[in-house]
Amino acid sequence: MPLEQLLQYFFAGITEGAIYAIIAIGFNIIYNTTGIINFAQGEFLVLGAMIATSLAGVLPLPLAVAGAVAATMAVGALVDLVFIRWLDSPSVLRLVVITIGVSILLREGMLHAWDEKVRALRHFTGSEISSVRILGAHIAPQALWVLGIAGVIVAALALFFRYTLAGRAMRACAANRTAARLCGIKTRRLVTLSFCLSAGIGALAGCALSPLTQTQYDMGASLAIKGFTVAILGGLGNSTAAVAAGLMLGLLEAFSVSLLPLAYKDAVSLTVLLAILFVRPGGLFGRRESQRLKEF
Amino acid sequence: MSLLQVRDLSHSFGGLQAVSEVDFDVAEGGITALIGPNGAGKTTLFNLISGVLRPQAGSIRLDGRELAGLPAHRIAALGVCRTFQTTALFPRLSALENVMVGRHARTRAGYLAGLLNLPWTWAEERAIRRRALSIMEELGVADCAGEAAASLSFRQQRLVEIARALAAEPTVLLLDEPAAGLNLHETEELGSLIRRIRDQEITVLLVEHDMSLVMDICDRIVVLSYGRKVAEGTPAEIQGNPEVISIYLGGNHV
Amino acid sequence: MRRYLPLAVVGLAVVGLQLALQAAGTVYYLTQLTMAAFYCLVSIGLCLLMGYAGQLSLGQAGFFAIGGYVSAVLTTLKLDAAEPAARLLSSLGILAERRDAYENFLLGVSPWAALLAAVLVTGLVALLVGLPVIRLKGHYLAMATLGFGLIVFRVVLGTRLLGQADGIGGVPPLPLLGLQVSGGRAHRVESYYVAWALVLAALFLAVNLIHSRVGRALRSIHGGEEAAGALGVDTARYKLATFITGAVLAGVAGAFLTHYNGGIGPSEASSMKSVRYVAIVAVGGMDNLWGTLLAGALLNFISLRGYLGSYDDAFFAVILIAVMLFFPDGLLRRARVGRREGG
Repeated sequence: MPLEQLLQYFFAGITEGAIYAIIAIGFNIIYNTTGIINFAQGEFLVLGAMIATSLAGVLPLPLAVAGAVAATMAVGALVDLVFIRWLDSPSVLRLVVITIGVSILLREGMLHAWDEKVRALRHFTGSEISSVRILGAHIAPQALWVLGIAGVIVAALALFFRYTLAGRAMRACAANRTAARLCGIKTRRLVTLSFCLSAGIGALAGCALSPLTQTQYDMGASLAIKGFTVAILGGLGNSTAAVAAGLMLGLLEAFSVSLLPLAYKDAVSLTVLLAILFVRPGGLFGRRESQRLKEF
Repeated sequence: MSLLQVRDLSHSFGGLQAVSEVDFDVAEGGITALIGPNGAGKTTLFNLISGVLRPQAGSIRLDGRELAGLPAHRIAALGVCRTFQTTALFPRLSALENVMVGRHARTRAGYLAGLLNLPWTWAEERAIRRRALSIMEELGVADCAGEAAASLSFRQQRLVEIARALAAEPTVLLLDEPAAGLNLHETEELGSLIRRIRDQEITVLLVEHDMSLVMDICDRIVVLSYGRKVAEGTPAEIQGNPEVISIYLGGNHV
Repeated sequence: MRRYLPLAVVGLAVVGLQLALQAAGTVYYLTQLTMAAFYCLVSIGLCLLMGYAGQLSLGQAGFFAIGGYVSAVLTTLKLDAAEPAARLLSSLGILAERRDAYENFLLGVSPWAALLAAVLVTGLVALLVGLPVIRLKGHYLAMATLGFGLIVFRVVLGTRLLGQADGIGGVPPLPLLGLQVSGGRAHRVESYYVAWALVLAALFLAVNLIHSRVGRALRSIHGGEEAAGALGVDTARYKLATFITGAVLAGVAGAFLTHYNGGIGPSEASSMKSVRYVAIVAVGGMDNLWGTLLAGALLNFISLRGYLGSYDDAFFAVILIAVMLFFPDGLLRRARVGRREGG
């Protein structure tokens, strides 16, 4: 394979991989605080992009994105308040099914609000045809935006969890929820915060991705599955590993296009998902103990 | 005649060595007790013998046959049955149905036969029900046969669980703290029940904290502490053993 | 034999409904009721899997599609009738002729041979997928089964042989004892009875299983897996067997519906369909066969009649959430223990 083509695949891979990593981190944030896998994670990306495209008609792009992120965070909080708060030591089955139901509701809501048309946010800089040359490969500037934004999100979250009171409280929750509560940490509020946070980073990622892949109301499910695959690959709850795992999956998918027909591209990540669930559910970087899985 | 032979058995959880090179024999037809302070590894030992856990090292032989590494249901089919420390009756079944499940290892009707309700299974079903009821009668819990498992009294649950294990016609019965939560009178009844079980030629191995029960009915006692075997012998020998005394009373008492 | 009483009630209801519709002149409802029956088959299998073996599956639509597509592909083959191999297979009944829209005669696999193939393929896939899947629990189980369903969907959507987005059409009717399972008006009544007979057969098997030694073992697994194992119950084996049973029921349903509709499309493999099957079992009461049947018949009928319009998927999502939030044991609960003792 000529170097240029290699680089082309490489950049496509790490761009998509960065998005998958962000989705996985979104899963991890909620999982760490609540033990819930939020199947609606993918919908946050789509929702953010959709709202941004509507706002971009009346506001300058940065404000539209900011507005979309804020609105999606509100939706995230709403999801927690309306559906999750009620639950009193729910079984895993109930949680799984409820978040799936929520994802369908969000999806159908978007269908009725925005119909099935494909929409796309304007490129942040340049347009669809502008490109930057890096080592011979042609990269869309938007891809660099995606990588940059993903990097900023990861860095900001790292700082948040390390240095802010709320962030540390959330880590305490992740380690031991009962102990955290006994220390006076308001776990209920942290749960809502974790939904907000996941929704917010999802929306931001969705906005960054939209110019590249366009956005359609039903894209959430496949995004969520890929994000989940990455989360599992890195070990559920482990966000640092999620970054590495995301890039790996992105590259794998990108290079698979050179071997398999494009229609099967999604099947690649699905196969990886099944393989990792069957062989090593604790993830590539996970510990042996996490192989024991929760009850139905 | 040693029926169950445990040799060099070891198992750890992460960094914690729960059972360490434990060696002992369980004589056929006798009642043997495993005692020791909390955390000594007694229930882990039970889990290893019954196949709930797969031993990391060592061997468990039943009548010469290696059990270590076999899945729990195979070990049960070979004749080793157990009760659990926190009574584990099947919540969705009645008391009678619980005991009927105990017959599972000794009966044959399979998936296909079940789907089609083949006639040859009808006699087997009737036999299962009869046997289960008669065991429950022996233990004095036949009157609660139709009740939901969850609605039984504590004592009844205990007895139904023992009935369930007996229904499997075990050669070795492992009882995990059967006297826990029972009052004096109930404990005495339990003692005579265990003796009756022994009289039916079932070898009994029990984990127990109730010393009076243990000293009363057991032929041999094995003492564990921090995962290691510390002593083994008759009740009299164990009672006089200074090391055992110090384990229980704190080391300054010789 | 008391256990079969509800079956008789269902049978009577099926006949009564048809006669009533005939009298009321609204016979066209039979079409949706027939399709609803096929969808009920899937939920019955899922009821056994979720309510008794305790395994969630978000991929039943995948098995439905496998059954349907195998039938569709085989029966719409255009083989050369002159070939000696073809003549041999025709005489054995494995190949059969059908007519297309232009009155040409085409040679494909006969519907019954195709049905057998559909069952075998579905069963085999269920075995291969089930072996690793049954070891999983909770979120991982949900994701694995969802992932399986999605793989089937993607494969079906992306493969030319399977018609990609358009699916496969021109599937001939399924002949049965002189009757035909097909969507045409002429065969409406007989198809309706065949469909519901199929449902009754599935219920018969399910009722038998529940009351059998294995059924008892399954019920013991759900909520007491460790203790069940310690009594000699091979939990993995029974879970796998139930998984395969559910899958085969879904595959049979898929094959029959394909013949009824004359074709199949990728939407039958979608995760939305899988969610519906789960919703119906949840509404019906997880381990309640009759509740599942009632919910399945009613909800599928309403959806198929189009009364929900574009809010179809949203509707099922809402009831699924509502049931899980407020009635986690299902809407149609019934006394569990004691009732099951008799018969």
